Amino acid sequence: MSEARDILVAERVTRRFGGLVAVNEVDFTIPEGAIVSLIGPNGAGKTTFFNVLLGIIDPTSGRVEFDGRAMIARPRRVGVESLVWVAPSVLVVLVGLALQATGVLGGAAIALTAVAAIGLLMGTLLLAIVRPLWYQNLLLRFGIFRSARPNDMVQAGVARTFQNIRLFKNMTAVENVLIGMHTQMRASLADGFLSTPRARREEDVSDRRAQEILTLVGLHGIGNELAKNLPYGDQRRLEIARALASGPKLLLLDEPAAGMNPKETQDLMKLISRLRTDLGLTVLLIEHDMKVVMGISDRVTVLDAGRKIAEGTPEEVRRDPRVIEAYLGTPAA
Amino acid sequence: MSVVQDLPAPGGRRGGAVRARIGELSSRHRSFSIIVGMALAAAILPVLAAVPPFSSFQTQNAWMDGFTNAGVFVLLALGLNLVVGVAGLLDLGYAAFFAIGAYAYAYAASPFGNQILGIDFKGLLGDSAGLVFWPMLVIGALIAAVFGILLGAPTLRLRGDYLAIVTLGFGEIVPIVFLNSDAVTNGTNGIGGVFRPYLPGLGSFSAVNPWPYYLTMMAVVTVVMIFCYRLAGSRIGRAWEAIREDELAAAANGINTVTTKLLAFALGASTAGIAGVINAAKLTVVSPDQFGFVVSFTVLAMVVLGGMGNFWGVAVGAFVIYTINNVLLKTLNQFFDAVAIPILKDIDFIGLQFLLYGIALVAMMLLRPEGLFPNSRRQRELHAEVIEPGADAMTLPEVTEEGGR
Repeated sequence: MSEARDILVAERVTRRFGGLVAVNEVDFTIPEGAIVSLIGPNGAGKTTFFNVLLGIIDPTSGRVEFDGRAMIARPRRVGVESLVWVAPSVLVVLVGLALQATGVLGGAAIALTAVAAIGLLMGTLLLAIVRPLWYQNLLLRFGIFRSARPNDMVQAGVARTFQNIRLFKNMTAVENVLIGMHTQMRASLADGFLSTPRARREEDVSDRRAQEILTLVGLHGIGNELAKNLPYGDQRRLEIARALASGPKLLLLDEPAAGMNPKETQDLMKLISRLRTDLGLTVLLIEHDMKVVMGISDRVTVLDAGRKIAEGTPEEVRRDPRVIEAYLGTPAA
Repeated sequence: MSVVQDLPAPGGRRGGAVRARIGELSSRHRSFSIIVGMALAAAILPVLAAVPPFSSFQTQNAWMDGFTNAGVFVLLALGLNLVVGVAGLLDLGYAAFFAIGAYAYAYAASPFGNQILGIDFKGLLGDSAGLVFWPMLVIGALIAAVFGILLGAPTLRLRGDYLAIVTLGFGEIVPIVFLNSDAVTNGTNGIGGVFRPYLPGLGSFSAVNPWPYYLTMMAVVTVVMIFCYRLAGSRIGRAWEAIREDELAAAANGINTVTTKLLAFALGASTAGIAGVINAAKLTVVSPDQFGFVVSFTVLAMVVLGGMGNFWGVAVGAFVIYTINNVLLKTLNQFFDAVAIPILKDIDFIGLQFLLYGIALVAMMLLRPEGLFPNSRRQRELHAEVIEPGADAMTLPEVTEEGGR
């Protein structure tokens, strides 16, 4: 495992909520191709840490790198960003004034300048809202940094499931998976309007691919079933299928075995192992079910009260006195 | 094939085979079936208007004129359906974009507006100045779309009630800006003398002949409807529905909620812009009082009553409500006076117009909250408890590790 590249590196991640330090200086890495678990008692900061990794909340300090790219950190020099927005417009106004002074354009100069400046300002503000990748890279050159948003993380190759299932309940299983494939599809607005052959072909291909993914997680033949009508265990599987549909490198599973019966849990463990062997996925697991954690993890990290208190193979962690203390408390004197 | 797939759709037992066949055909050739449907409707409406009892209410021409006005609301309802019904963004200020489309046309196609823009289409094109109507259908849509994005951008973080309040504010601001910018909008009086559309070979449309307006309207509605259906069935339409169901889950699946929502606002606004252009070209006058909150509210009621999320339903809903509200109720007085039914002939239906309208809204919400022609997914959301028991009774075979059954 030592020669494997780290696909995700979190350095000294801290997140404070007012006086509460939910995550405290946690260093955390995930080697490529590994199944890594994050455990800890309730309130240990697991979900907060998870949300930081996914770009849902910004860390108070620390940074997260994914696949060699800095994705998450405390926003830096965002005040300067407004300069980037107004700079083009100001430039246009200056040029316009200069042209007027020289009398090149005559009377129309003022009107043209005003229209161009307002147009540019609107354009840059829109860019700031939409934040395409090239715009973020441009900002980075000015030393301005904003954390990636959840959809940017998906684009980069991180997919997740939710602790409490969040399927699109009134859509069919296939539609759920197709939404997962959103980032994989290329159809533009014009394709949508004109229903181009390219877009229709893409829909057909995606539809078949969605069926394949459903088969992969063991949901063969229920594609047209509404998500909310599926049995609980199948809903969990469907959520994994939806996450897989985005073609991730790293899959984050938030308590995937919660509420499952022993048989379903067994199936789930087999599924997760197979995701690694068949798809070469890296998996991060948050889980309370110790059978799952100890059964499939390469490495286990234990959080307690926001701090990392132990890390190692399942065997090492199981015997660690601090872990036992965190879960069971100190022995009575 | 699982057992579940072969179960009949809820409520679709009788005539199921025929309906399924039609459904399959129409979904495979969606655009073609829309064209056929609209052509049928366009052909039947004038005939209906010419036969009793409808012919006794008013002349065929007056009916046709009313249908064209109803078409404006059908367009508005289709556009708002994209925003509210599909993407789930409650917009209470939709009339603002209607106003922007109408004023855009008024600037391009009236002596007053041209003077402000510094162009003179009347001088350039003479009697055929109404030619600008055709490109303005597209340009008006684009201008409205830009404002849709501008007004949508500040509301992106808002949801539900808060979004509704902010859009309500926008809906009020826009007409007031047009009202108070006297110098460039002529204030309360509005911009008059707007050119009627001109079609080479046909000449300028006229107030006495409703047919050119009617056919233009039908053609525009058809095109908008085709676009709506295509979009809703595309990758973008799916993303809208995902955002409506669960925004966080949508973002966690890679959907850029910001651009996707802005797109919904922009496309909804552009449809309203088209409606505004046609309305201005038909009334030949644009004034701020045409775009009050009543318009936003009426269109929203049409969308809800017609069946949120279902474009045909919304279109029919808008048409029926407009026609009842603005044509039928107004002529009921004459009708009952003429046939002399004791009590009914003494009732003043015009005075009761809004009472009847209100009663219809309340009754509808109590009896059929999903609308007249519901979208199947919306219906599931509203009647979850009715459908659920059947789901519990279904036992799916155990899933094996290999994933086969």
